[in-house]
Amino acid sequence: MVSDLFPMTARQAQTTRRGKVLVGPVDLRLDGGGVAMVIGPNGAGKTTLLHLLHGTARLTSGTIEWACPLEAARNQQSFVFQRPVMLRRTVLENIAYPLRIRGHQRADAYEQARDWADRVGLGAMIDRSALVLSGGEQQKLAIARALITRPRLVFLDEPCASLDGAATREIEQVLQDTREAGTALVMSTHDMGQARRLADRVVFLLHGRVHEEAAANTFFEAPVTTQAAAFLRGDIVE
Amino acid sequence: MGDLWSGLLQAFWLVITFDPELVEIAGRSLRITLTALVIASLIALPLAALLAVRRFRWRRTVIALMNALMGLPPVVVGLVVYVLLSRSGPFGVMGLLFTPTAMIIAQVIIIVPLIASIAHQSLRELWTEYHDLLISINVTQGQKIRTLLWDARRALLTATLAGFGRAIGEVGAIMIVGGNIDHATRVLTTAIALETGRGDFALALGLGFVLIALAVTVNLAIHWLGRTEREGRW
Repeated sequence: MVSDLFPMTARQAQTTRRGKVLVGPVDLRLDGGGVAMVIGPNGAGKTTLLHLLHGTARLTSGTIEWACPLEAARNQQSFVFQRPVMLRRTVLENIAYPLRIRGHQRADAYEQARDWADRVGLGAMIDRSALVLSGGEQQKLAIARALITRPRLVFLDEPCASLDGAATREIEQVLQDTREAGTALVMSTHDMGQARRLADRVVFLLHGRVHEEAAANTFFEAPVTTQAAAFLRGDIVE
Repeated sequence: MGDLWSGLLQAFWLVITFDPELVEIAGRSLRITLTALVIASLIALPLAALLAVRRFRWRRTVIALMNALMGLPPVVVGLVVYVLLSRSGPFGVMGLLFTPTAMIIAQVIIIVPLIASIAHQSLRELWTEYHDLLISINVTQGQKIRTLLWDARRALLTATLAGFGRAIGEVGAIMIVGGNIDHATRVLTTAIALETGRGDFALALGLGFVLIALAVTVNLAIHWLGRTEREGRW
């Protein structure tokens, strides 16, 4: 789906902390739609790259440009963290929160939140404290909260890490539905099975740089670089 | 030991007979303290939230100063407020010295740093937890502060109750700026000081027990109204 958000173009984007380069320089373009899967070994900078593109990590050099002004671009994105952040509120209030922040009336926000709670399978627990949910339920809540504003782009940082098979399957189904509804997903994962199931494009990250980028089929069947091939074989890549 | 028993008996007697003077003094104590508490909370809680979410150059210094002011000597506060409100002081024209308003001002000055420091501790921890989410949702500074204050309301209740405890038991500052005038500025603590000075330990103890009972009752009432401990893990 083409929207006024895309394309996003990162040129020589880099973030550093205390003089150490965490990610970059990175050149990347997102055209919207589909799932861009960011993969790479531990410490490659997957989480930082997602934060950098989303605007929650400081860009120390280079540029990241959207098709619309930055403020408008931020309002069309959302982020799902590896460890979901739960507000000390009920499930319903958590899901409705982004709408309330944007000025929606309580009744309208809660009605939409109920709908999203049903969609992610939390309809029976909307009045419970979000803090007493299981890890899988909290991640589903976080996804519902990220989607309730109907963003054009969602960043997901290993959303299924430490979840069991059943919860992973449910969350992947929600993500498939979201993709089919036209929302672009940029997601990081360690799980190569999940990457193969969901990815349309793959961004292979190594030492904070985009080492290889390709359509998912091409990448998984014929990786160009030896490091990417080694990573896919399960070898240790340094 | 005898004084303790007769103090208890006297407190019991004063309460069950609804002693008019006790009712007047206790009522004034509550009125002044609760007014000071509301004003102090309106200043301290947003200040604590602002210090939790906003980064500015002198932030650490402000926090350190606020923590240091928790131990502000009430007598000194009373003296400063006295000088400011006395006829020759900058606010003398307002005629507030030896009035309940002067006592409220002194109490507010004493408890704002206490409430703000305790509240800041809770809000800082909550902000660490919420930071990434709220930044990613792109909330405004005001929305951050409102979210933190609402979600930490139970912890903030503890901060305000600490302020209440400090204010209701305060004697030094309010004695100086209130003057302990009968039917005007006499409150439980200044009455206790007066009776102790007169050597009527039993009455002083009796008033002391009433003060403790009042403080416990208000604390329990606020906990009950705030539904603390009722909604499981928050």
